[in-house]
Amino acid sequence: MHRFANPAQFNRLADAILPWATGAFVLLLGAGLYYAFFDSPPDYQQGESVRVMYIHVPAAWMAMFTYMVMAVASFTALVWRHPLALLAGRAAAPIGAVFTALALITGMLWGKPMWGTYWVWDGRLTSVLVLLFLYLGYMALWQAIDEEEKAGRAASILALVGVVNIPIIKFSVDWWSTLHQPASVMRLDGPTIDGSMLMPLLLMAGAYQAYFAVVFLWRMKLEINRRKLAVARQVSMHAPVGAE
Amino acid sequence: MSAEVKSIPMFMALVRRDVKLAWSQGGGAMLALGFFFVAVSLFPFGVGPAPQVLARIAPGVIWVVALLAAVISLDRLYQADYEDGSLDDLMLSPIGPIGISAAKVLAHWLSTTLPLALLAPAMGVLMNLPDQAYGTLILSLLVGTPALSLIGSVGAALTVAVRRGGVLMLLLILPLYVPTLIFGVGAVDAAMSLTDPLPHMALLAATTLIALVVGLFASAAALKLALE
Repeated sequence: MHRFANPAQFNRLADAILPWATGAFVLLLGAGLYYAFFDSPPDYQQGESVRVMYIHVPAAWMAMFTYMVMAVASFTALVWRHPLALLAGRAAAPIGAVFTALALITGMLWGKPMWGTYWVWDGRLTSVLVLLFLYLGYMALWQAIDEEEKAGRAASILALVGVVNIPIIKFSVDWWSTLHQPASVMRLDGPTIDGSMLMPLLLMAGAYQAYFAVVFLWRMKLEINRRKLAVARQVSMHAPVGAE
Repeated sequence: MSAEVKSIPMFMALVRRDVKLAWSQGGGAMLALGFFFVAVSLFPFGVGPAPQVLARIAPGVIWVVALLAAVISLDRLYQADYEDGSLDDLMLSPIGPIGISAAKVLAHWLSTTLPLALLAPAMGVLMNLPDQAYGTLILSLLVGTPALSLIGSVGAALTVAVRRGGVLMLLLILPLYVPTLIFGVGAVDAAMSLTDPLPHMALLAATTLIALVVGLFASAAALKLALE
């Protein structure tokens, strides 16, 4: 793992992955959107509104996935003091916040025609809202402490405390069986969703995953370059006059 | 004397000192109780004095305001000691960072949140809480408020070095209070509608126990980080 602690090595790896991830993102998104909007049946109960699902469900999955990425990065940063792990957490957080917001907003837009209301205080909705607050708190804590190293480690502690919320989100639909429907894909007894809908859903999930890879690597590179710039500035500031 | 023998009297001394400080001139305990009283009595003005409406929202209002009252007294939990340097001294003592957080949390609970739980029945009278719910209200607050102090301690420790960190602390810990609030209010609501509050109470106790395990470790880690 510490092989990638060297920023130059990480940058090389990122540069090697990025074109592939970008290509995969474009292809999967194109295919996924085509199937989602043109080549999948309308639901027998929900009609055409079912197509919101292809945007909504992968966003919700990615909201949790990104939080776990952030949590693993935080753990790595706190335990092994891995130099890039703090940056990884910082790079992942805004992406996760956007996925969470997207899941909430698409869910609300779907909920209005289906449930007759934009919002209910159901277990799933509430716990995902808490997830959004955790992302915002993590980013706010990064922002609030002057010294970057300390800010990152404080935020990491918060991220790890917030992991408690992830199983609550996953199982909220089973514990409080209120409005939000239970899982239909990731079940122990196999998916209960029809194949014609599962295919576009999985394509979209792949597209989201590739999108995450692209933006995450970009942001990591950005963070590394920003650090380099800060160090270079400091060095040139402390250099004796006329040394240039 | 060995470290273990010395650490228990030290722990108790720290708890006693913090309880005393909270109740002396400039301490936050009276402030929290005053806030609890005033904020609850605003609700009848806001929603109107109809007794049925007040009774319906009473458990939620009392719990939410108690929670906020606990929070406003939390931002000084470590900060005063951090600013005058005594936190550095304490960290070197045999009780260690986990012992410090445990003592601070216990002192905060004894001095601030426990009095809130004891004052709650009076707030119940103001909010027209039905007779059958008083016992559960006090019990749910007794079981749930340690979680408020514990989770709050994490937020206070994380923001101890932040200037004007109070609002940031609120942003960090209020979302984490949601389970405690849900189960606490759920228990009182159940008692109000004459159903069994025990399942809610058990979940509330579970939340408090999780907060005990996670909260002390996270607070200790945050304190160590702040004092590096």
